Amino acid sequence: MTITSAAPTTPLVPAAPPAVPEAPADEVTFSIDGIETSAPKGTLVIRAAEQLGIQIPRFCDHPLLAPAGACRQCLVEVWAPGRDGKLAKMPKPQASCTLEVMPGMEVKTQHTSPEADKAQHGVMELLLINHPLDCPVCDKGGECPLQNQAMSNGRASTRFVDVKRTFPKPIAVSTQILLDRERCVLCQRCTRFSEEIAGDTFIDLQKRGANQQIGTFDPAVLGIEGDVPVGAATTDTTGKPFASYFSGNTVQICPVGALTSAAYRFRSRPFDLVSTPGVSEHDSNGSALRIDHRRGVVLRRLSGEDPAVNQEWISDKDRFAFTWQSAPDRLTTPLVRTRNADGTRGPLEPTSWVEALGAAAAGLRAAGAVGVLPGGRLTLEDAYAYGKFARVALGTNDVDGRARPHSDEEEAFLAHRVAGRTLEVTFGDLDRAPAVLLVGLEPEEEAGVLFLRLRQAVVRHKTRVVSVAALASRGVERLSGTLLAAAPGTEAEVLDGIVDGAADELGTTAEALAADGAVILVGERLAGVAGGFTAVLALAERTGARLAWVPRRAGERGAVEAGLLPSLLPGGRQVADGEARVDLAAVWDVDSLPAAPGRSTTQIIAGARDGSLGALVVGGLEPSDLPDPTLVRDALDRVGFLVSLEVRASEVTDRADVVLPVAPPVERSGTFVTWEGRPRPFPQALASHAMPDHRVLDKLADELGVVLGLATLADVHAELDQLGGWDGARVAAPAVTADEPPAVAPGTAVLATWHQLLDAGRLQTGEPHLAGTAKRAVARVSAATAAAAGVADGGALAVSTDAGTITLPAAVTDMPDHVVWLPTNAPGSAVRDTLHADAGDVVRIAAGSSEVV
Amino acid sequence: MAEPRKNPPASGGSGKPPAKPARPAASSGARPQTKAVARPAAKPAPKPKTEVERRSPVGDVGAPDSYTPLMQPGSGIKGLLAPVGGFGVTLSNMFRKTVTEEYPSEKVPAKPRYHGRHQLNRYADGLEKCIGCELCAWACPADAIYVEGADNTPDNQRSPGERFGAVYQINYLRCIFCGLCIEACPTRALTMTNEYELAGPTRAGMIWEKQDLLAPLREGMLAAPHPMVEGTTDTEYYRGEVTHATDAQRAWVREHRPDDPTLPEGDGIAAANEAAQGETAAEMARLVAGANKQGSR
Repeated sequence: MTITSAAPTTPLVPAAPPAVPEAPADEVTFSIDGIETSAPKGTLVIRAAEQLGIQIPRFCDHPLLAPAGACRQCLVEVWAPGRDGKLAKMPKPQASCTLEVMPGMEVKTQHTSPEADKAQHGVMELLLINHPLDCPVCDKGGECPLQNQAMSNGRASTRFVDVKRTFPKPIAVSTQILLDRERCVLCQRCTRFSEEIAGDTFIDLQKRGANQQIGTFDPAVLGIEGDVPVGAATTDTTGKPFASYFSGNTVQICPVGALTSAAYRFRSRPFDLVSTPGVSEHDSNGSALRIDHRRGVVLRRLSGEDPAVNQEWISDKDRFAFTWQSAPDRLTTPLVRTRNADGTRGPLEPTSWVEALGAAAAGLRAAGAVGVLPGGRLTLEDAYAYGKFARVALGTNDVDGRARPHSDEEEAFLAHRVAGRTLEVTFGDLDRAPAVLLVGLEPEEEAGVLFLRLRQAVVRHKTRVVSVAALASRGVERLSGTLLAAAPGTEAEVLDGIVDGAADELGTTAEALAADGAVILVGERLAGVAGGFTAVLALAERTGARLAWVPRRAGERGAVEAGLLPSLLPGGRQVADGEARVDLAAVWDVDSLPAAPGRSTTQIIAGARDGSLGALVVGGLEPSDLPDPTLVRDALDRVGFLVSLEVRASEVTDRADVVLPVAPPVERSGTFVTWEGRPRPFPQALASHAMPDHRVLDKLADELGVVLGLATLADVHAELDQLGGWDGARVAAPAVTADEPPAVAPGTAVLATWHQLLDAGRLQTGEPHLAGTAKRAVARVSAATAAAAGVADGGALAVSTDAGTITLPAAVTDMPDHVVWLPTNAPGSAVRDTLHADAGDVVRIAAGSSEVV
Repeated sequence: MAEPRKNPPASGGSGKPPAKPARPAASSGARPQTKAVARPAAKPAPKPKTEVERRSPVGDVGAPDSYTPLMQPGSGIKGLLAPVGGFGVTLSNMFRKTVTEEYPSEKVPAKPRYHGRHQLNRYADGLEKCIGCELCAWACPADAIYVEGADNTPDNQRSPGERFGAVYQINYLRCIFCGLCIEACPTRALTMTNEYELAGPTRAGMIWEKQDLLAPLREGMLAAPHPMVEGTTDTEYYRGEVTHATDAQRAWVREHRPDDPTLPEGDGIAAANEAAQGETAAEMARLVAGANKQGSR
């Protein structure tokens, strides 16, 4: 036995260092309930009391919302030194949620002051006058601040004998959010959230005095015909009141049961739920979740609290889209397909794990060259296992985790600038950034929580947001953003134009980016623009701005860190670097690693089609996510042997020879990596026999006669820690020159497209209430383009290629001419599937044959 | 096995082996056996304590000289009848009222407040009282109740108001009949009957579902689902202001379920109750009837 000193290694993806509390500003000394304490100047009395463990009842107060003093429940008795320096009692009890601490102040809460106690009892009695006694049927019952505080700070019996105010219940604010006005205590948390945090007002206080109520802006719904509703809802392109992407947060912060969600309505009670922390699988923000489940069924998801990441907010997709994990098409047993005598595929037959793994191993062994397409939804552990499986068990670098449009330039960018550089830009940095440039990224649609954090920076710190895109989306408008209009394909040109001294916005943007702490956020869509990443790197170099890559899916960043790129090994090691290969081979305990650079996703698909790859191992991948879905389907049909690791039956499993079922996030533990490079470990919520991908791959490798040693999470992490980061040579920066933009003939336009947050995605199935809050699909064109095509605003616009036609209502938007925007995967607008085209391609536009609504 | 201490062998007695410890270890039960092994029979019992020592068992030694019985022996006819005097108790009881219950041949009703099996009640128009609030499940100390609520819709109004109990299960293997669920129920939907014959050969057969627990329909009721009485809210129902099903409700049922037996032209309430009876309850009723028949004289 040799004794080796444990070398201090940094894990492959190190956790974020604990947040350093900011140096306290001027401290103020005062006392609460006779306890002398001090707090930074500007602290609210209610927060200072919390620090001392003194609970003051409250409804409207929320740490992340501006003080409102709306509910008056937090009244306390206050003595403060007057001008003469003598301590004098304020004549009336004060709301502690709006009162800042003062030097020498003496606060007496309900614990020490009978006056404060009486005041709180009085307020509670008033709040309960119109509150219905329907706690038994109310979804909030059992976790209701009003219920709890009525018990702790209210009268034991009611003195109210008159008729309570009643409203028809509930009214649907959207398909997901239901409003019960009887229960509302007018704390305005919901309206303040939509104004201050999300920036999409859809409800507000209506009427005054005793008739005051929260309501939408629709008099018919409110039943207040004749009165004019206060304010106006932000409308979507169809003129209907807009349904917010963040409306679910209002349900969570409502201190009574006035706002409830249709999906969770009457499903269960808080006391029979078991809560497990979780991390959202829907985007690369790694939002903290609380998963509430009962008897093996997830009933709801709430936002978890993580000040460094999502604070207390999540998008509605994070909150409501979880039924996909227990959808009826979930795979539970391994399936094996026997080929017919003529080589066509027979039916899939359920079988045992032993048999399925044996069949998969035999097929892979017989196939010769094998390509691996893991998909973009993997945890770090799974991504690492896929990479090791491909390189050790299959002996190939033909592995690519990018299930989306991609380019070699992007691969070089990721290897050069992203891999192994974790936490260079974090959510906290965005708060402090003077300017943020968005390139190929729509934060609201592609990374909901990032949008909220950016908006907070804009509201609080006047961060300047500039977006390089084809049009200013509503999200960019709500960020008070500036648009640097760029027709698809010309982004590189615009980026190159951001130089000091340039005219207009370009020059001011360059100035803003040169400021200390400025950040450039690049989306994955820039991969579709030749020269885009080169231009971004040059811009970052030129201005000194920090650069971060924000992919759309939860697994993308982890895949880069784990080396799921044909030219990249874990931790930023490159395949071409012999030293890196030797380093990795030592950790993996193999003689050597394949040195030939592998094929990218597109090349793997092509290889499977032309027969140079005999087999494919495919993870969670949808053909329609890839640039040309028809080619992918054809490749999957033609390939000699296809192994699929999937949660649910999919287009891939329909063609697979062996299907190995794997566990969805709720039935396993693992780690997602955020776009920042922050590891987000999550525990298993539901008891399950389903195996995670890394375990299945470990077993499959065993069957191939190779020991991966990745059977358990502990094994994987031990290896990741041993492996650590890489400080050796890196891939060189890409240097690609931008293409000349294609010529646009009359009757054609350049296609711009991106995903909407709520669309026809696979992880949103089984959620009709959520789907109802999606933005309606429209085709956006400029007024001139619409006129040239002969389409009025709202009329049907047909966008077509040789492959197919998408007809959507036209929405005339302020954007460059000869550009048409379509949602990538909205119902009725499957751009890649129908058109076989992507952003930057030229499509034909014409007036649609029929009016579409 | 404390007997050896209580009945120690007489000190300097007849030399008989001590009765209890010497008993062969073949007595019933594993625990006494191991104890008997731990304390070998051959070994004399431990020295008794002084108080026990004073009480020598009668029979082993003769009465001491100074012994005088407290009860004076009778004389004359009394003395003659003394040996059969004890039968007096028997004889006197022969003329008293019999307290033995001839269960199951004759069933004596339980006291009115007896905690028997549960029942889910209905309002006078046939709507269910249960709103699926789960407070009974919350109150249950034995975790015997499982409830899931659901939305009342215009097409499926099962209880007044917004919510009804879609799933309702009571596990009678767990229930301890404490009645806390009854106290928790905010609508008096859950009450306990006097029914105590709850037995069955399977676990599944002891878990009663909602249809097993629902109270039978009575005269004037209309089977749910149907709309609430026009112009009322759940408050009127709760106050007992709804006393019977109305024509409008009957018209709705006629339109949606023309064959409903609870309609005036239907097969009648009895037929409806028979058709609606839960399988578990019916199976248990059959089992209990069989057991009663077997046990009856």
